[in-house]
Amino acid sequence: MPRKKIEIPDTVEHLSILDEAGQLDRELEPDISETLLLKLYRSMVLGRKFDERLLNLQRQGRIGTFAPITGQEASQLGTVAVMRESDWFVPSFRETAAELWRGRSMESVILLFGGYNEGGHVEDGRRNLPVAIPVGSQLLHAVGLGWAIRYRRSDDMVLTFFGDGATSEGDFHEALNFAGVYQAPVIFVCQNNQWAISVPRSKQTRSATIAQKAVAYGIPGIQVDGNDILSVYAAAREAERRARSGGGPTLIECVTYRLMMHTTADDPKRYRSEEDVNIWKQRDPLTRFQNYLIDKGLLTDSRIEAITADVLGDIQAAVDRAENRMKRLGDPMDMFDHAYATIPPHLNAQRDLLAADLAASAKEKNHG
Amino acid sequence: MAKLTMVQALNLALHQEMEKDDRVIVLGEDVGKDGGVFRVTDGLYEKFGDERSVDTPLAESGIVGMSIGMAIFGLLPVCEIQFSGFTYENFHQIESHAARMRWRSQGAFHVPMVLRTPYGGGVRALEHHSESREAYYAHTPGLKMVIPSGPRNARALLVSAIRDPDPVIFYEAKALYRAFREEVPETEETFPIGKSRVAREGKDLTIVAYGAMVRPALEAADILKENDRVEAEVIDLLTLSPLDDEPVIRSVKRTGRAMVIHEAPGSFGPGAEIVSRLVEKAFYYLEVPIARVTGYDIIIPLFSREHSYIPGVQRIVRTARNLVSK
Repeated sequence: MPRKKIEIPDTVEHLSILDEAGQLDRELEPDISETLLLKLYRSMVLGRKFDERLLNLQRQGRIGTFAPITGQEASQLGTVAVMRESDWFVPSFRETAAELWRGRSMESVILLFGGYNEGGHVEDGRRNLPVAIPVGSQLLHAVGLGWAIRYRRSDDMVLTFFGDGATSEGDFHEALNFAGVYQAPVIFVCQNNQWAISVPRSKQTRSATIAQKAVAYGIPGIQVDGNDILSVYAAAREAERRARSGGGPTLIECVTYRLMMHTTADDPKRYRSEEDVNIWKQRDPLTRFQNYLIDKGLLTDSRIEAITADVLGDIQAAVDRAENRMKRLGDPMDMFDHAYATIPPHLNAQRDLLAADLAASAKEKNHG
Repeated sequence: MAKLTMVQALNLALHQEMEKDDRVIVLGEDVGKDGGVFRVTDGLYEKFGDERSVDTPLAESGIVGMSIGMAIFGLLPVCEIQFSGFTYENFHQIESHAARMRWRSQGAFHVPMVLRTPYGGGVRALEHHSESREAYYAHTPGLKMVIPSGPRNARALLVSAIRDPDPVIFYEAKALYRAFREEVPETEETFPIGKSRVAREGKDLTIVAYGAMVRPALEAADILKENDRVEAEVIDLLTLSPLDDEPVIRSVKRTGRAMVIHEAPGSFGPGAEIVSRLVEKAFYYLEVPIARVTGYDIIIPLFSREHSYIPGVQRIVRTARNLVSK
């Protein structure tokens, strides 16, 4: 027979548990403890409020450019919630809520966006990689970490984030391919927020979904309502069990929306309409989850107010700490630190040149 | 001691380091069952299995990106990119991450990986299989760039590179792979990264070379001695970054005459850096302008013409005569 059909999976699942109208599918509702539900809620509020504060600081010139996360809190927190501390976390650059969940301090975030290298420091023992700005490039590091976890016969796993734009990068395809070949315990979380700066999802790929790209690499893929933290959590749990039990990688596409600009240097009015944004504002992951918790009897108006006040207090304290610290940081002589394990002679010589230059500048200033 | 080719010497280093330390993992295209297209990883698959001698899919960025993750975890990956002409596919992983992870994370993570790759011409190869682009890596902060010149130092430097806490780009001159044999001790030997060496002593002229160019430099020195009674000192750089310029400066202060040789294109090449250092640190000792004998600023021609492109003994001798006659 010259032509015959080869059977491959030709469907991917879409998962939605708590829809935008607040309808809950009780059959699919994941079993999450009250403590964890409330912790997730507080983290969502923190992610949202911290974003607002960072934007404020940026507009006042107190920090530099940053990438807001507003609207993507459920995608970020529903996934990292399944991680253990010993798992490896490999972010791109729009995952502040997930980073804070993983133990990064707000102070560190402010330092980095404030232009201080010290904000890149990762506390000893924490398995959280620093942000990776070149789009999609971090996915391969996740595969290497996953490979090493298997080599060491551990049941830890790796969780890595990227956006819809990253799925056009070669590294995305190489990472999924390698992870499939080596059955690396990696959860690939695509935050499909519909926009890669000004380029819409429809111009990024002809594929109907991003989840289906997993099929080509022989790994499971699933699309979830990324603004429904219950769906995100359920899919991540499934992927986590697979990863820990030797079942290999999973691609999760979280369908969400970037409610803010790409970064503070971007003006989205140039390329998308307010009406579009408003449609997605109706699907806000935070209000949806909040209503669910109210229905469950876990939240009341006064409780929400208390949590919000508490979060704002934490943010203010972090801003104060960061700004105080920034006053003490910034010695230019530190710029040669961490170039190599041991500073080589030619860099020592250049460091001496910088010291002499700074001394000369200071002298000129005093005599000027 | 056994007389080994450079391929065998590199292979010895890999065998011994893998035996010693289970963090050492070899990965790349055809490095497993096939033993590498140049056979540098021969026998590792049989001895250590496919878990430590890992055949990867054909994707250079994937190989290097995965190595970075393994290194961050705490393993010591030694990846092979089959030809340096294919390392552009992975260049952004090296530049954007391997070279920066220590800096970016303020010392929390580092990338103790080695990227081994054959470079240079002289083996009658196809396009993309003969070029020398060491300047890219030597120019990138955060990397170390090592280029051995023979079996014994290749083995010692590879051991040092594997144990080095920073990412090392390890260029292997494919023209040297089987060109000659040297005594290589069975017992462990290392050579410090960031140190150059005097390959031959002389008082009249300093020739600076590295990698595949060290041999023609030494041959030229022989000819100059026999025919011209000129004693040329040959400095073998071994590490391009961080560059140890001390033996070069010391030598030129004595000889007053210097030339730099490499097969990479001349403009903005490693020779330009050597000349700058000499101008900065030995200017008043120079008797004549410094000469460069390098590849031309074009893509290296296919092999019918490559011998006219790659600096050869005669070109080096002629340039040297020109320098000492002034």
